[in-house]
Amino acid sequence: MEILSNLALGFSVALNPFTLFLAVVGCFLGTIIGALPGLGPSNGVAILIPLAFTLGLDATSALVLLTSVYYGAMYGGRISSILLNIPGDEPALMTTLDGYPMARQGRAGDALVISGVASFVGAMLATIGLVILAPMLARVAYLFGPAEYFALYLLAFTTLGGVGSKNQAKAVIAACIGLGIAMIGLDNTTGMPRFTYGNMHMMDGVDFLVAIVGLFAITEVFFFIETHGKGSAIGVKLEKVTVPIKDLIATSGSMLRGSGIGFVAGILPGAGASLGSFLAYMAEKSIAGPSGKFGQGDPRGVAAPEAGNNAAAGGALIPMLTLGVPGSGTTAVLLALLMTLNITPGPTLFADRPEVVWGLIASLLIANVVLLIMNIPMVKIFVKVLMVPAWVLLPGVTMISFVGIYSLTGSYFDLVMMVGFGVMGYFLRKLDIPTVPVILGILLGNQMEDNLRRAMVIANGDWTYLFSTGISIGLWTAAIAGFIAPIFLRRFLKRPPQPVDAEAD
Amino acid sequence: MASDRIFGLVVLGVALAYIASALQIQPSFLSDPVGPKVFPLVIGAVAALAALVVLLKPDESPEWPHGRTWLHLGIALAVLVGYAYALKPLGFLLPTAVAASVVSYQISPRLQTAALTGVGLSVGLFAIFKYALGLGLIALPRAMMG
Repeated sequence: MEILSNLALGFSVALNPFTLFLAVVGCFLGTIIGALPGLGPSNGVAILIPLAFTLGLDATSALVLLTSVYYGAMYGGRISSILLNIPGDEPALMTTLDGYPMARQGRAGDALVISGVASFVGAMLATIGLVILAPMLARVAYLFGPAEYFALYLLAFTTLGGVGSKNQAKAVIAACIGLGIAMIGLDNTTGMPRFTYGNMHMMDGVDFLVAIVGLFAITEVFFFIETHGKGSAIGVKLEKVTVPIKDLIATSGSMLRGSGIGFVAGILPGAGASLGSFLAYMAEKSIAGPSGKFGQGDPRGVAAPEAGNNAAAGGALIPMLTLGVPGSGTTAVLLALLMTLNITPGPTLFADRPEVVWGLIASLLIANVVLLIMNIPMVKIFVKVLMVPAWVLLPGVTMISFVGIYSLTGSYFDLVMMVGFGVMGYFLRKLDIPTVPVILGILLGNQMEDNLRRAMVIANGDWTYLFSTGISIGLWTAAIAGFIAPIFLRRFLKRPPQPVDAEAD
Repeated sequence: MASDRIFGLVVLGVALAYIASALQIQPSFLSDPVGPKVFPLVIGAVAALAALVVLLKPDESPEWPHGRTWLHLGIALAVLVGYAYALKPLGFLLPTAVAASVVSYQISPRLQTAALTGVGLSVGLFAIFKYALGLGLIALPRAMMG
């Protein structure tokens, strides 16, 4: 009953015409961003944050707009996967495996409809899961003190390093780069300057939005220059789109299983949507056994990963909202948004700002319905968008990034720093060093340190306090296991096969 | 191999410099048991350790771009930095048109299309930002605005 009254509150916020308008705009922009190769949920949301902020939107509106973009991008990623064999974003990689063969057999329309419905099922179930699980987790989160939070942040870094990357040492370096950058500026507790070298610009520290836009958007520009925009879309044709009811019924089991797997993968820190779609695809392939024509255009191979990655997108919001710990690159970007809006995620968010949380959840439900409508009858519009060539798109992304950061901070120094982060991101990605831990480090570094120091104040400097409760011991164990276990599991869990000519996001 | 070795050395050097710099942080009269130095020191130490691991167990080198591509990347970088400095004194339209054209040209080297893209993006984005979204952008250099 409590859930229903909360949802009623949420819909009372979300059903106001302006919020509804923002949700529709967000869904539309998001689908485009997801569909365009080279722009995905993380860099798409990243370049829009400074703009949403300068527009002076209030917290709920900004959140509704950008989470609609987030959900929309998860839907849109499949379009270029199916039509071009280029994943529009990383989680859509698995969709290329059967989506593109379907398109080559002249069933592009069917594949788009099936994957659209699968996205809807996955996202809807995950949002319902979010409604049920998030308040429960928020109640547990009340038991967390500074020692537990410190362990939780550690868990986020180690699982991200363990599960999300190929080389643990490189993930550790990435996290340290982020944490090290977060230390720059005035120390929160004592107010002493650290690593500023007497430079006035450094006193405030490094704005995480500058780092995020640099690492995600500007880096992408350098990559496109290196490849000369190869793989951008030319001459996409889509015949009449009909609804393949038979296939939809046949794939309904795949969609439900994919949603379940994706949702769980999304909640786990560090796993995120890419793992969700990968596991959903693999599970479906082994269930089908030799009868399935996976890899040659099996509709189930389109339905399962799409349900999986959209469910994971919803699941990933749970740890982000209740604990303030994001599990993936995009939720890290959404956390950055919350912090910019001065909203502290965590259990108190559910108690103090219910209108924000439930308004957000209600608009996610609305956004889903809007996205289903946009993505099935109107899919042709988005196919047209794929024709935008890289030599227009990337300069455009660059200029939007510059304007966003410039109107936010008004400082050329931040713009130069953003370009610097872009260069750093280029080399990191070249060397196979994940950039998400860098972002997470910049976002969480100060809170991680504050919690450690608060814990030590409580315990009067006794280090064993960090391991004094059951919850913190559990978190430390999970952190260590999450870091070490993948070394052994990697032999069994191979990386997803790369389709020909594919570029990961 | 070589790429990771160089990277490991760079990270190791930066980590050591970071540690040295952390040791210089002034203590404050407002003290807590941990103080402002410990956390940065731990970060530096962990980074140095991880750098040693990468040095000793490097991955295969990625495929680096060749000569001309480096030139393209370098030009783009220089233009972006220049753009950052030019945006305030020269207004939005001119630097954006130039920077967008150059970036476009680096991706697809056709002079006319690149120039048209630059001008189009500059004017189009200005219209969207200024009139649709209401951001306070300045179109032209202050001197020309009178």
